[in-house]
Amino acid sequence: MSLLEAEGLTKVYGDGCAVCLDRTGDRAGTNQCPICGSVVACADVDLSVKAGEVLGIVGESGSGKSSVAELLALDAKAGHTDGAVRHANHEGNLLDVDYQTRHELQNGEISLVHQHIRDGLELGFSGGGNVAEKLLSAGWRNYEEIRERVGSLFEATEIPVDRMDDPTSTYSGGMQRRVQIARALANDPNVIILDEPTTGLDVSVQARVLDMFRRVQREEDVAAVVVSHDLGVIRLLADRTLVMRHGRIIESGLTDRVMEDPHHAYTQTLINSVI
Amino acid sequence: MHILGDTQVVGLDDVSFTVDDGEFLAVVGESGSGKSSLLKCIYRAYEPTAGRVVYHGAEGDVDLASCADREMIRLRESAIGYTSQFLDEIPRVPAVDVVARPLREGGLSTAEARERSEELLSRLQLPEELWEAYPATFSGGERQRVNLAQAIAPQPDLLLLDEPTSALDPETRQAAIDLLREYLGESTTVVGVFHNTDVVEAVADRVAVLDKGRLQRIVPVAEYEGVVVA
Repeated sequence: MSLLEAEGLTKVYGDGCAVCLDRTGDRAGTNQCPICGSVVACADVDLSVKAGEVLGIVGESGSGKSSVAELLALDAKAGHTDGAVRHANHEGNLLDVDYQTRHELQNGEISLVHQHIRDGLELGFSGGGNVAEKLLSAGWRNYEEIRERVGSLFEATEIPVDRMDDPTSTYSGGMQRRVQIARALANDPNVIILDEPTTGLDVSVQARVLDMFRRVQREEDVAAVVVSHDLGVIRLLADRTLVMRHGRIIESGLTDRVMEDPHHAYTQTLINSVI
Repeated sequence: MHILGDTQVVGLDDVSFTVDDGEFLAVVGESGSGKSSLLKCIYRAYEPTAGRVVYHGAEGDVDLASCADREMIRLRESAIGYTSQFLDEIPRVPAVDVVARPLREGGLSTAEARERSEELLSRLQLPEELWEAYPATFSGGERQRVNLAQAIAPQPDLLLLDEPTSALDPETRQAAIDLLREYLGESTTVVGVFHNTDVVEAVADRVAVLDKGRLQRIVPVAEYEGVVVA
């Protein structure tokens, strides 16, 4: 199998009914069931990511891409979930594992970089402390070793090491995003889920963060799933791309093929909407 | 082959040809005749509606029009290069690193890759003070030199060039011609779209003439006397 695979991923907010899946999706033109009012955030999503590969997921707000990201990162909270997430090094469906196993996976092989900085960082803690926390969760105990590791992660993600002990709230947006990425890399995961990596960053900082991520991703040979509404982000990072709409995958292929020769009418609209 | 709503636009129609190992095939024709579409179909940036693109690689034959996406990605990383007329910008990466990147990814050390990159930029007469600058600030001709250098740098098995010399002045164009001939040598097969007759005559072994999406003729360069219309 590939490194990470998802099969029939489905997420429904609300009670759900017998026709929810039939009455939503691309052809129905909505992700909300007209009978029971439940929202089908995503349904029947199949995907796979190979070691070292970058998969892009693109779509407008509400298309279900963040729900897929959360499911893949085992971070889904509310709602009714169906389908399977499988990892090459583990038996069974990761959506069914107990708390302890999920905790180990999230502090080991699968890392998530949250769209919102506040969801991923404790801004009152130092930048170094935020990264160290991830190491402590994975069982690191030696103070010197932790400081050394945090320092090298700061260097890899291009954060000034001498700011390590300052509160994260004093960092710029771009630096906070780098701390998130440093945190995500801390325990040498083999796949990183990046949810809207450029949210809240101004354009000049976006390019530098993305270029840094691309370099680190290749150097570490870590696989990634990049979720973004920004086609430029996807074009820069992703080898292959999935296009989502109304909770369903409507098109997939090589990133440049999807961008230059889009087959689905919606993808054509999306590509032609870029300013 | 292009679908725009319900309208189908025919980009290429029943084009068949073979390119030999190490051969340099120039593709010429008027604007809109399908030259770029042809290259994109080979590279799978476009998906042909019908037909096959058979690549005879070291590990056997692969139909590039229908192989799995990951097989295409693997071939792009290891054997098949493509460059469009314009530099695909990576923000905030200096020119020398733009050219060095594919070499590094191909296994050279950073120092070796940068050295080779500087040699290529120098041969394309890009002023040395621009090597460490960002191409976003360059003129069209300067950017195109960076683009051409990064395309040929890894000496891929098959190289697809889409008008790589269109913005160069005659002197730089001659430097590009010399470099294409000397640097690529026999190991790289090239299919290139060109507008300038002097480039075609200097580098090509054969010339394919496209007209309204059809292959009009394909002839050895010595028999090619057509005027290339821009």
